[in-house]
Amino acid sequence: MDLSSINPILLVASIMVSATPILLAAIGEMVVEKAGVLNLGVEGMMITGAVVGFAIAVNTGTPGLGFVAAACAGAVLSLTFAFLTQYLLSNQVATGLGLTLVGLGLSSLIGKPYEGIKSPTLPKLDIPILSDIPVIGPMLLSHDIMVYFSLALVAAVWAFLKYTRAGLILRAVGESADSAHALGYKVVNVRVMAIMFGGACAGLGGAYLSLVRVPQWTEGMTAGAGWIALAIVVFASWRAGRVAVGAYLFGGITVLQLNLQAAGAQVPVALLSASPYLITILVLVIISAKGAHGAPAALGRAFHASN
Amino acid sequence: MEQPLLSLSGLTKAYPGVVANDDVGFHIGTGEIHALLGENGAGKSTLVKMIYGLVKPDRGEMVLNGSPFAPTKPSMARKSGVAMVFQHFSLFEALNVAENVALGMETPPPMRDLAKQIRDVSEKYGLPLDPDRTVGTLSVGERQRVEIIRCLLQNPKLLIMDEPTSVLTPQEVEVLFKTLNQLRAEGRSILYISHKLEEIRALCDNATILRGGKNVGTCIPAETTAREMAEMMVGSSFATPAAHNRAMGDVALQVSNLSLPAMDDFGTPLREVTLSLRKGEVLGIGGVAGNGQDELLLALSGERLAPAGSIAMNGQDISRIGTLARRKMGLLAAPEERLGHAAAPDMSLIENALLTGADRQNLSPKKIVNWRKARHFAEDVIRKFDVRTPGAHVAARALSGGNLQKFVVGREVLQNPDILIINQPTWGVDAAAAAAIRQALLDLAANGAAILVISQDLDELLEISDNFAALNEGRLSAARKVSDLDMEQIGLMMGGMEGAAA
Repeated sequence: MDLSSINPILLVASIMVSATPILLAAIGEMVVEKAGVLNLGVEGMMITGAVVGFAIAVNTGTPGLGFVAAACAGAVLSLTFAFLTQYLLSNQVATGLGLTLVGLGLSSLIGKPYEGIKSPTLPKLDIPILSDIPVIGPMLLSHDIMVYFSLALVAAVWAFLKYTRAGLILRAVGESADSAHALGYKVVNVRVMAIMFGGACAGLGGAYLSLVRVPQWTEGMTAGAGWIALAIVVFASWRAGRVAVGAYLFGGITVLQLNLQAAGAQVPVALLSASPYLITILVLVIISAKGAHGAPAALGRAFHASN
Repeated sequence: MEQPLLSLSGLTKAYPGVVANDDVGFHIGTGEIHALLGENGAGKSTLVKMIYGLVKPDRGEMVLNGSPFAPTKPSMARKSGVAMVFQHFSLFEALNVAENVALGMETPPPMRDLAKQIRDVSEKYGLPLDPDRTVGTLSVGERQRVEIIRCLLQNPKLLIMDEPTSVLTPQEVEVLFKTLNQLRAEGRSILYISHKLEEIRALCDNATILRGGKNVGTCIPAETTAREMAEMMVGSSFATPAAHNRAMGDVALQVSNLSLPAMDDFGTPLREVTLSLRKGEVLGIGGVAGNGQDELLLALSGERLAPAGSIAMNGQDISRIGTLARRKMGLLAAPEERLGHAAAPDMSLIENALLTGADRQNLSPKKIVNWRKARHFAEDVIRKFDVRTPGAHVAARALSGGNLQKFVVGREVLQNPDILIINQPTWGVDAAAAAAIRQALLDLAANGAAILVISQDLDELLEISDNFAALNEGRLSAARKVSDLDMEQIGLMMGGMEGAAA
């Protein structure tokens, strides 16, 4: 094994890129769960975002429009989930799983004509002076705009939940929908908006995969990233900062195992490829065993203003 | 009383199949504490929900301060000066006191100012409270303070209180009454809903009594006896449980130095609980909610195993055996939470009857369910305990709280237990049904069963128990004869200071 072949600058830079799609999806799902809704359809919304973003970017030649379209597609898809669970009171787990299946099927239908095409991608930012700083410049400061957008979004979500009244109401709805209703808050409206935000974020995450990280369309290209995002929300104990840590940890392990493979580590390739998932499970087990998780009390419970 | 603060007239609200309020009207004067009395299902909750804007009346009108008042949502009611303290607190456990208060306000000030206001108000009205504490760590009494302070910060003209004292110790009740009297002196009005007639007599200026959704009378509580008011509520006189002079037999259940750690952050550990329960005895265990009642029931029923040697039934150690084995031996239990603990909400009454009665009633011989027998057993419970339901096939969830309670209690009582552990036997049950449940427990004891009743309702415990003990922070006081107790001693026992009382 030749560890010297791993370039630390490139390693960190590629960790940031590989963490971004999961980070986007996870921060959106965290907001949804903070409102007391468990949407297991993240994978489906992500891959729908990936294919719609890709198609729009290819047809318009503008990756920016692709991202906007991906966010809209994710939000629209999540709206079906919102309608089923919030108005028709269907079971959230089953509906979420259904959403994933719908998303996977829909995306391969839409994506068929786009296989094997290369999409226009987002340019790397080239900020004068900053990007030219040795080491830090290429490592942290010369990525595309979405990397920074995702980090800014984490900070914005954190501040929203901690400091704003709307954030307080959202948390209250997730803690006890009945109490929030008794105080006169519109539980269903709050939840629908949270679900749509989560859908838009998942769509963005998917588009980042197909427009920047890979950048092309292949069927099933999210490869479980949506599920990882769900796990990261639990891993993060529903805190925005820790979602970022979790996403970067997972992204780091993914990239590291690729580098280790390239460096010829004496470990079976299959085990290395599986390592990000294995480590996620391990961390989740440790967190659950510790018992302190801080899940929103009304998570996954249907609410109906019947009494 | 010149112009009343709030006048209601002709308020009517019908739900499919039931008229919750039928032509209800009364007046509340400025600076008056007005009691609203009635059994469960008499329409009290619907009425206050209409005043608070949660439910829209079908007919009728309300006049507040001389102008028409028709709130369509709680925030409108709050703006008009109506505030409400709920029976089941509308609090968020994971949020802190200040955040909870902010959620109940229309235009909350910045958090730092709010924290100061909370401290000021809590000092002014003698309700100590720290704005930074997480609500999940507060006692029930403290949680109620959060609700009250949340209301007071909005400077209400009318404060609605839904059964505020059902969860408080006698001492806490005294503090609350001082606060309420102070509010009355400031010219605020209070609409006070309660089952506790003595309290209403001590506190309220006027009372309106509802029965079956109709206004059936008003009275001045101070000049009316509790029994008269109760009869107005029920509409007919009901029997109080017969006095008891039971002969007690050998010790049936012996608990010695039972200690169990808390189940989670919000739970209470049991600390060296010692008690003995004789055949034919009713032992009442009082205490403020959350002081180990649930934990004690779980340990005795076998849902949580106890350290070896701590629980003995008829001299045999049962600490390490589970619920089913204890049931077979004749120790039955009925927990407090009806939906989800005592009964499976989405299963029918037949299935629910089967779930605890299978062994003792032999409803599933050779592990094959005998549905006919199970239905007979369920119907037996329904008939003997006057459970109002269209039939035994109905899901437990569909029953009202009081009716399900009757079913849950009846199901255990009819299995002829040797020992019955029961938590909150009459919680949320109306006066007549409560009397029937208590009588059933007394009859059971008269036949030689040992009964341990855990309850928040002191009057109930004093009425049916031979001996009384209180739980405080997971410790159980020594049991004392009920006939030797007065209210003050009980308060001290509940506060964990029994030594000072003796």
